[in-house]
Amino acid sequence: MNKAKQLFAGLILLALGLGTAHADYTLNLMKGVTKVSNDIYDLHMLILWICVLIGIVVFGAMFYSIIYHRKSKGHVAAQFHENTTVEIIWTIIPTLILVAMAIPATKTLLELHEVEKSDMTIQVTGRQWYWEYKYLDSDIHFESHLDEASERVHRTVGADPRSVPNYLLNVDKPLVIPVNKKVRFVLTSTDVIHSWWVPDLGWKKDANPGFINEAWTNVEKPGTYRGQCTELCGRDHGFMPIVVIAMEQVDYDAWVARTLEQQKQKPDLSDQTRQQLMAHGESVYLKNCVGCHQIDGSGVPGLIPALTGSAIATGKWESLDGFLRAGTSKMPKFEKLNGKEFAELMTYVRNNLGNKVGDELQPKQTALPDDDDE
Amino acid sequence: MSAAVDEHDHHADDHHDHGPEKGLLRWVITTNHKDIGTMYLLFALAMFFIGGTMAMVIRAELFEPGLQFVDPAFFNSMTTMHALVMVFGAVMPAFVGLANWQIPLMIGATDMALPRMNNMSFWMLVAGVLLLASTLFMEGGAPNGGWTLYPPLVLQPITVGKALPFAIFSVHLLGISSIMGAINIIATIFNMRAPAMKMMDMPLFVWTWLITAFLLIAVMPVFAGAVTMLLTDKFFHTSFFNAAGGGDPVLYEHIFWFFGHPEVYIMILPTFGVASTIIPVFARKPLFGYASMVWATASIAFLSFIVWAHHMFTVGMPIAGELYFMYATMIIAVPTGVKVFNWTATMWKGAMTFETPMLFSIAFVVLFTLGGFTGLMMSIAPSDFQYHDTYFIVAHFHYTLVPASVFILMAAGYFWLPKWTGHMYNEKIGQLHFWLSVISVNILFFPQHFLGLAGMPRRIPDYAVQFADWNMISSVGGFIFGASQLLFLYIVIDTIRGGTGEKVSDEVWEDAAKHGLEWTLPSPTPYHTWTTPPTIVPTEHVLDSH
Repeated sequence: MNKAKQLFAGLILLALGLGTAHADYTLNLMKGVTKVSNDIYDLHMLILWICVLIGIVVFGAMFYSIIYHRKSKGHVAAQFHENTTVEIIWTIIPTLILVAMAIPATKTLLELHEVEKSDMTIQVTGRQWYWEYKYLDSDIHFESHLDEASERVHRTVGADPRSVPNYLLNVDKPLVIPVNKKVRFVLTSTDVIHSWWVPDLGWKKDANPGFINEAWTNVEKPGTYRGQCTELCGRDHGFMPIVVIAMEQVDYDAWVARTLEQQKQKPDLSDQTRQQLMAHGESVYLKNCVGCHQIDGSGVPGLIPALTGSAIATGKWESLDGFLRAGTSKMPKFEKLNGKEFAELMTYVRNNLGNKVGDELQPKQTALPDDDDE
Repeated sequence: MSAAVDEHDHHADDHHDHGPEKGLLRWVITTNHKDIGTMYLLFALAMFFIGGTMAMVIRAELFEPGLQFVDPAFFNSMTTMHALVMVFGAVMPAFVGLANWQIPLMIGATDMALPRMNNMSFWMLVAGVLLLASTLFMEGGAPNGGWTLYPPLVLQPITVGKALPFAIFSVHLLGISSIMGAINIIATIFNMRAPAMKMMDMPLFVWTWLITAFLLIAVMPVFAGAVTMLLTDKFFHTSFFNAAGGGDPVLYEHIFWFFGHPEVYIMILPTFGVASTIIPVFARKPLFGYASMVWATASIAFLSFIVWAHHMFTVGMPIAGELYFMYATMIIAVPTGVKVFNWTATMWKGAMTFETPMLFSIAFVVLFTLGGFTGLMMSIAPSDFQYHDTYFIVAHFHYTLVPASVFILMAAGYFWLPKWTGHMYNEKIGQLHFWLSVISVNILFFPQHFLGLAGMPRRIPDYAVQFADWNMISSVGGFIFGASQLLFLYIVIDTIRGGTGEKVSDEVWEDAAKHGLEWTLPSPTPYHTWTTPPTIVPTEHVLDSH
């Protein structure tokens, strides 16, 4: 038995040793960057210390008894089995502690529900598997997907996540908000239930399909804050992060102007080389298709058809184009893609993922008259 | 394992001790509470290893960030199936097995009140679990929407393949099995007690199971209803949970947790009962506060019906709802605290010895209390906005299930196996099993608190690199914990086959007969017991009533 204990101690030390090279043993909740998140942190610490104190008293009594009241020490068992006074005491004291705890908890909860008088509103829509943001006070509207570097690594067996900065916590287009402004969020979903959580803001809120939830924040410190979806939403639930950048008002105004300008730009429909089409096509694929059809186009047996060798993918491009725009009962309509993206995506799908149709499609071929709306 | 006392031919009205049927058929057609109890326990043990294997797959994938072994959808199937198998295949059946063995022995009854239904509930359980397990081999894989089976996710054709109707039918079978088991337990306790035993003389294990049985009857039909609505939404175009048709996905969450919260107490109340049975024996003292234990159990059971939405603080409820569910949930800490204080007071000034069952029971009190503390923390709704759906809650409920329910099941095995088999287990290996389990279970689950607080969501197959260190430690703990349980398997088999060879006395443990009727019976327990009800029952825990 001693040998087993030694072996066991060795294993623990080994386990601890393995991590020290890049030690990141975070222990506690973050305080966050809003007043509410700080209140929540204080509540957390208060209840934690209450638990620690109760634990010391109860476990103290228990271990005192385990050490001193043992038969091997010749202790003779007392035979008492009831004491109304102590039983009343240990019912009333916890009740009082709970009442004391409920007061600050109620205050913070009321504060969290104060969504009125906001300076701006952002609509957050959860989708499998990315977030969509709509600034209801301006025309800003964009999707926020997991960044391509993380996307490639997490889909490749044996790839090194440490080679990617902010692995799985980075997006292509972060949400941008001004500091010291009350930002109201309205959250919903178009498919399944998601949950929007940025720990530094102090809360998470579910995005339910067909319903709208409200929440708010007021970030005091400029910075980049990261979070993730926290309601199981399917196979890529772990791969739809959230990045919020809080900026000073001036910087924010400049960002708004820049973004609105970019949104007005029409897609560039000029011809591309085959290499360009394939490279851009891969990006479009990684954002829109990879979650279901997989990185190698193999699909999922029994659930999602493979693109490799698929008659639709490798047939006439016009019918593939129509198919993508129409969607199916399982696949959303991809009318949100513009002509340029259609050309790139289709060229990529038809000439990669194990397919060799050999054609290349140019944006002008696939653009519809209204495609430059975007 | 139960010895055949005599095997002579007999007539139906022969009142001699009948032996069991010979051969395999004995186990198929048996109506003997000991045989059925044995089957329940061995089945649960098998499921514990199958569910445990799934947990090992999960911990292996999470050992390091990045994709190593399994596809995310299969990972989700593993978390879903691990939970369903452990809850419905391992923990619940194990307690039903204990109830089958122990309740008749403890209350002086010849058998369960409804022996044929008893046989049927067991075999229906087997059918239900096999049906569930068969989904692993179906096109599209096993259910992967989480054990909570939230719509719209589980109804999505791109998420769950052919498995859904099979999983739902399996839930129906398991529900019917549990309800029949519960009816049987209630009927037995109310009708079959030795005339000398009043309600307030019943051992705590019997009390807790009585209350648990009422919880089962109340909530299993609710769950069956919820999953049936999933079925009609999926195949008959109803819209109970489909917003586009006027339904509400959150409604499912409410119905599920109306079942789900009592369900977690179904797994912990009998645990309390076993702990309240074991601790007095090894402290050589009567249980402290018997009556308050009974009332605390009943209050916890009552409260379990009115706190369900604390599983849904972030779902978007009106402020009044959130406040109500927060306050109601906090109140549960009071009766639960009473129980912990009572166990501590039972140990206080005892003459304790530390055989394996007592070690597991003490670890239960300490580690269950830790799980209770995190439960209290999560009852604070604003804080729960941070903890919800992170590894913090994973740590919380595993503390209340593994080093609580599972440890107590182990304790019960060590405690009663000598009685059932007449053989003593190997104490040295038992203690080794205990120390390996108690250390590794903490290496496994304690770091998960830190992961949750640092921001790691649950149910993800891959994670950001800052979570790597604690995940690796947690996985190492998991592997040691998993491997250590093979010792338990060894001990169970070894004890059935003769154990240390030492002949155990009827009492098995020193002065155990003062604490429970079962210790006045011979070891091993004969195939039929209490054909004449006992006239004197142990009443040391009841103040001034006799």
